[in-house]
Amino acid sequence: MKQEFKIIADLIQSNTRVLDVGCGDGTLMEFLKNNNKIDIRGIEISKNNVQQCIGKGLTVIEGDAEKDLSQFPDGSFDLVILSQTLQAFVNPEKVISELLRVGKKAIVTIPNFGYWKVRLHLLIKGTMPITRTLPDEWYNTPNLHMCTIQDFFNFCKKRKINLYNSIALQNLKSSKITNTNLTLKNLTAVLGIFLIEK
Amino acid sequence: MNKNLTIKSLIIDKPLRLDCGQTINNFPLAYETYGSLNENKDNAILVFHALTGDQFVSGVNPITKKDGWWSYAVGSGKAIDTDKYFVVCANVIGGCLGSFGPSNTNPKTNKVYGTTFPIITINDMVNAQHNLLEFFKIKKLFAVIGGSMGGMQVLQFVSNFPNKTKIAIPIATTSNHSAQNIAFNELGRQSIMADVNWANGDYANQNKNPDKGLSVARMAAHITYLSKNGLQEKFGRKLQERDDLKFSFDADFQIESYLRHQGSVFVDRFDANSYLYITRAMDYFDLIKQHDGNLSQAFSGTKTKFLVISFTSDWLYPTSENKEIVIALNAIGIDVGFVEIESDKGHDSFLLKTSSFLDTLKDYINTSYLNNK
Repeated sequence: MKQEFKIIADLIQSNTRVLDVGCGDGTLMEFLKNNNKIDIRGIEISKNNVQQCIGKGLTVIEGDAEKDLSQFPDGSFDLVILSQTLQAFVNPEKVISELLRVGKKAIVTIPNFGYWKVRLHLLIKGTMPITRTLPDEWYNTPNLHMCTIQDFFNFCKKRKINLYNSIALQNLKSSKITNTNLTLKNLTAVLGIFLIEK
Repeated sequence: MNKNLTIKSLIIDKPLRLDCGQTINNFPLAYETYGSLNENKDNAILVFHALTGDQFVSGVNPITKKDGWWSYAVGSGKAIDTDKYFVVCANVIGGCLGSFGPSNTNPKTNKVYGTTFPIITINDMVNAQHNLLEFFKIKKLFAVIGGSMGGMQVLQFVSNFPNKTKIAIPIATTSNHSAQNIAFNELGRQSIMADVNWANGDYANQNKNPDKGLSVARMAAHITYLSKNGLQEKFGRKLQERDDLKFSFDADFQIESYLRHQGSVFVDRFDANSYLYITRAMDYFDLIKQHDGNLSQAFSGTKTKFLVISFTSDWLYPTSENKEIVIALNAIGIDVGFVEIESDKGHDSFLLKTSSFLDTLKDYINTSYLNNK
């Protein structure tokens, strides 16, 4: 997890305005605030998490990203972050377009459903995969729209979204995803981290 | 009872032009303070009270002998910690606890003003209280905080004085009074005016008091401060000191007895004409109209950091109205946090021991103070 934060922090320039969508208890926000000189805000749906964030002095509003991003004007943030929550939205496509309206750029991270352990789990056991990044059972998972790194690549291509930077995370190792190694990375990466722009 | 022994007040000798067009001068503003102002004068918090509140936020109210109206939130070690912060609260003008109001005597006629007192607005209240900064030689407040009508004053304060406070916490409030809220206020006013003892507002000069009218106004208003579930849980259909219905119009039910009690204790501490004036000020409050239909404009140019708080069961100043403030602030990139607190206690939640509210408030205030150092 920390590794993901470090990669995100490296992608952020200082003196920028950043929005963390689905900021949880504010761990990433605090990490980025301490590492980068940025003005960071958050939006989070859970009351308990929002109260924790506010208590830590983080600027967070309680709200549902699928509805409440509309209050932010076009391009009001230099960067919008969506860390491992895209798959939990009812309408991920709409959320991505909102991220790219509100932010000049966006960082989206996804748990990779193409990871070999996930594939193997389904192939061998014949049940919905449970891994460290996907710990829930099919009946109680918040994840509605799982996708693979390949899926996300295809999506961006189709929607004419610019993939600035694509990084594969495999345990503690991170590596660049390119068109040539995409098939391999889609098999070996646990997490995909993408810097995108419309 | 000599009120003046326990009430601090300053005489404001700067003319204040009211929204109604009249100018007032040399008028009293009653206030109370808690804690002490530090050397840097950077730890001052101005608390604004709600409709029936007063300057006695914490400790024992010397007039009513009861706990101050926000004792759960303000005091030593509390959310607004008087060991750390210098807390100031003033009685609003139009009020009845020492500040210039309709129960004052008009020096020109030697009679109590009554309804000859000028109409007051939230803007007027805030402009009057701004004089406290100069009085205490505070260049910039650390915080302005208030719930309900106090929240309206918070919004108006930042709008009028964009850089006179570091943080602002409007709680359970609105940027403009809704038709429903105007309706409830009008119900209360008509109840007072329907009492023959109101005497067209001249009751004080005739040694009368519209107790019945004011008490019914309070009873009606009190219902709006609670929630259906809260009432049901506390009272249900429980009977008051009796085993069965009495087949009469006595207070058979506990809820009836409770409301009657709330009404009767209120008339001992509140002036009926003040009730008219202050509810009017709330009804006239419309920060959107003040800024040509754009609420964001009310806050343009401010660096003040906001935290907006609402409560799930508050139907008088619902979350949706509080969120409108958040949206307007976000639209112009102001630093604003927002949380809706889970509570079944209705609008009154902010005055009660709502622990998740008080904890959030405390942590936010303390971290904001440290981050500002």
